[in-house]
Parts: sequence; structure tokens; C-alpha cells
Amino acid sequence: MGTATGRPLSRAWRGSVTSSDVLVLALDTATPVLVAGLARWSAVGGTTVLAERAVPSGTRHAELLTPAIRGVLEDAGLAMGDLDAVVTGLGPGPFTGLRVGVVTAAALADARGLRVIGVCSLDAIGTGERTVVTDARRREIYWATYGADGGRLTGPSVDKPADVQLPEPVVGDPTFAAARLGRAVGEARVTTAGLLRAAGPQLADPASAGPLVPLYLRRPDATPPTAIKAVSQS
Amino acid sequence: MADQPLVIGFETSCDETGVGLVRGHTLLADALATSMAEHERFGGVVPEIASRAHLEAMVPTVHRALADAGATVDDVDAIAVTSGPGLTGALLVGVAAAKAYALALGKPLYGVNHLAAHVAVDELQHGPLAEPSIALLVSGGHSSLLLVPDLAQEVQSLGRTVDDAAGEAFDKVARVLGLPFPGGPPIDRAAREGDPRAIGFPRGLTGPRDAPYDFSFSGLKTAVARWVEARQRAGEDVPVADVAASFQEAVADVLTAKAVRACRDHGVDHLVLGGGVAANSRLRALAEERCAAAGIVLRVPSPRLCTDNGAMVAALGSRLVAAGVAPSSPDLGADSSLPIEVIRG
Repeated sequence: MGTATGRPLSRAWRGSVTSSDVLVLALDTATPVLVAGLARWSAVGGTTVLAERAVPSGTRHAELLTPAIRGVLEDAGLAMGDLDAVVTGLGPGPFTGLRVGVVTAAALADARGLRVIGVCSLDAIGTGERTVVTDARRREIYWATYGADGGRLTGPSVDKPADVQLPEPVVGDPTFAAARLGRAVGEARVTTAGLLRAAGPQLADPASAGPLVPLYLRRPDATPPTAIKAVSQS
Repeated sequence: MADQPLVIGFETSCDETGVGLVRGHTLLADALATSMAEHERFGGVVPEIASRAHLEAMVPTVHRALADAGATVDDVDAIAVTSGPGLTGALLVGVAAAKAYALALGKPLYGVNHLAAHVAVDELQHGPLAEPSIALLVSGGHSSLLLVPDLAQEVQSLGRTVDDAAGEAFDKVARVLGLPFPGGPPIDRAAREGDPRAIGFPRGLTGPRDAPYDFSFSGLKTAVARWVEARQRAGEDVPVADVAASFQEAVADVLTAKAVRACRDHGVDHLVLGGGVAANSRLRALAEERCAAAGIVLRVPSPRLCTDNGAMVAALGSRLVAAGVAPSSPDLGADSSLPIEVIRG
């Protein structure tokens, strides 16, 4: 989505690269719990989370995301006009829900001339050395591993659990892990702080922000017809 | 005119990403991106490919529409979006984008019915709709006959296809004849050289005890395939032009006969055509002929506005705003099977 990160036509950029304080709206719809959060960020002072709503939304991300954004603005006593940047999780996650967050971030940023930054959603789950797992459906998992400094070592990937070795400690949604991996995991979910941490380098250096393209990791399900089947025999 | 609200419309129910701008009944912009070429080798629209393409095209298409209208996003007074019926994953890209623009701009949001929008678009070309009107909507996804007492408040379904949509039949027959996808335009072209009376293909659901306003195109499609395969098995050449013309005649005959009957039965003297199949030249000609004979005023948008686009969504949004209809609830979502009676989702 290269053009979404380009200079908006309708408004000038707000907030400069080095401005001490940036008000950030953070969004993620890569898991069944959508996250909307507000945080103040600066290169020196780091991140202060002002408000966060984590809404168990299942497949109703489109219905519930904008009300959640409205909610965190109210919680923090702020308005759309106060925002400087939007950070959104790019997945991996179930495609339909994932796109809701990404297009919402792109449209909000476009309408208000805000910077928009995409990050790997798994980077926003847990801290330090860990393996993050989320539900990829079809009996598969999305996963990535992180070193002691919290930096991503491998992934994100999509695999069958039986085909991979997950280095300890493994974190994610315990209910999902119990049902689908048949094991216990440390409880961790996407957080505003995690999204801001993952976006840190891009917040500090806007030139490093990549295009807003979801981490699909799978091709669309579609196979070209091989031969024309006789309709009258089908 | 300037004091009428500027309405932006988003359409992503199938494979077209459309963004239109309308003020009153005036069309200001109609930007479109299509993923049609990506679906061609699959012989039909692949939902996930369409959804990915919508996401890529969404914001750039908004920019194009605003530039075409010489407007900025701050000029927009209301936002309309197709919230159904259509492909869920595709619809959700437009719905989420529209909700975000509405939130960011602090403007009202109207989720609208895709089929009613196909009727509303005619107001951009031919002015206010005569009400009541009968509407015949035919596309790759829909085949419906509607009674429209008031486009902003009340639309009734009279009949619909019981199996394939008319456009699907065109796609499948094109495939049998070795013509490209989508099948409508190549069949229309091939039929010009053919004899529409060469082969008497069946007219579905036209018996005396059949539902008078429902359609069926599955039997027709199978009859064409059987006819063609019989020729091929006998080692004979298939007269593509005659098959195309005879198939197209069967479709146009049934559609127009039922639409004219609906007008007569309900004492309505205005018929509106819409949907991609309404771009078919034989359907347009036969509808004109039969409406003239029956004293019915026929309204058909230009082919460009018959297919899916954002302007039709903005047109219906404009109607709803003018009628004082309340905006959609903040928890608006997509409804892949939104009933036609629900004009504002």
C-alpha cells in the first residue's frame, strides 16, 4: 500500500521528526482481541500509555474498532485533532480482520494528514526473550522468536505446530494454546506499549517507515480451472 | 447547488474499488480501480484477491476522486458506503475505510444497500426518480425485480433469481463458447453477427404456474452447454455467433417480459434498469421496444454507471441525507446478504 504512506494530498504533515512529544493512536486487529490505544511518545522520554481498550471482538473488528478508538479518545480527554501519528499492526493474522485495522489506520491518517506506521503484530506481544504464537487457523500457527534484547530473531512464519520447535518461553493466548497446541503458554497479548515499542525506530526516523502492506504470509486460495468440464456431465 | 451536501461514496462489494462524489443529483467524480484482470485466469472473482486489491486501491482511489472533483477531504459533508449485499471480506474493506473517514472528519456515515444504489445512480443522469418505479437489476451477482415506492424509505422485492444470476449465466456460456471472462461483452459482440432465432433455448420460469417475477438461468446455461457439446461430439463446427445471439435473446426476453409484466400488474409506468448486464445491447434494445409498446417510460443509466461504482453509493447517500434519514449506528458492519428492504444498513 505504498501510496497510503505517501504524502497526503489534502493536508500538510503534522508533527515533525524531532518534535519532543508525539501523540500516537495504536491499533491492532490481527488477533480475536482488537486493541486501540493512545500513547505519548518521545525519543528521549519513551512511551507513556494514556488509554487502552482491548475488546474481545472475534470476527467483529469492523463493527467495534471505530467505537473503541472513540472510547480511548474519550478516556484520555483528547480529540482526533490532537493526534500526530497512527501505528497499526500488520499481522500476521486472519486476513479479513487484519485488513480492517490496516485500512482504518490508512484512512484515519489520510483524512487528518498523520504519519502512519505499520509493525509486525507479533512484535507487540510479550517482552524479552520469547517465542510468540497466535492462531493462524487451519490447524496452523503464526510464530516468531525473540532474543534477550527483545529483538526478533526469526519469523514471522506460518507452520503446523508439529513441524516446528518452539524455543521456550512460549507466550500467547493460553486458551488458544491449550486447545490447539495442547500445552500451557505464558499469557501475553498485543498491547499499546508493545505496538509503540515495535514502532520506535520508525517513530524516531520517519524515513525508515515502510509501506503499509499486511503480513499475509499465505497466497490467496485460488486455483485456475485446469480444463473445461462438460457442463452437461457435471 | 453549493448548499447541498457533498457526499462521498465507497463501493467494494465485489471486484471494483469505487469512490464517487455527488452533490444533490450532480455527479462530480467517479474514480474506479478494478482487479478484474487478476480474476480472469480463474474464470470468476476470487474473494481474497479482490479484498487484497481493495486494500491497496482504497486510499489512492479516494485521492483520485477528490482530485477529479477539485475538492479536498475537508469539503466532504457525509460518507456513504455499500454495507451489503456482496462478498464479506471485500465489503469490510470499504466499510472500515468509510468508518475511519467519518470518524476522522467528524461527519455522518450511511451504510447503504448495493442494489438500491444501482437504482439511485440513474438520478445522476436522468434527474429525480419517478416514484413508484419498477427496477430490474441484473449483474454477475444479482437478478432482482423491485418495486420502489420511495428510494429513501421503501423498496420491495418482487422477485429474484432462484439459481444463477444473469451475469453468471453469461460468464458460464462464454466459457463453453471459448470466449473470455467476464462473458457479457464478448457474447454481446459475437451475437451481433448471429441469428437470435437460430436456436430456441428455454425461457426459465415462464410457465403459467411459475412465480411471475422470479428468474432461473441455470437450466438455460445447461441447455446451451448440452447443445454445444452435442455439436462437438458430432465433430461439427459450433456456430458461436448464433449460439451467443440465441442465448442472449432468451435472457433478454425473460428479463424484459417479466419487468413489463411487473409494471402492468402494479400500475407503474416507469422502469429503471441497472447492474452490469444492463450494459448488454440486446437487453437495452428489447426493453426499449417493449416499454414503448406498453406505454412505459424506460430509464437506463449509461453502461459506465450500470456496472459497480462509487458514484451510485454517493447518489443513494445523497438521497438519504436529503430525506433526513438517520445515519448508521457506530457499530455498522458488513452484511453479505443484506435484504433489499433494508436501504440503510
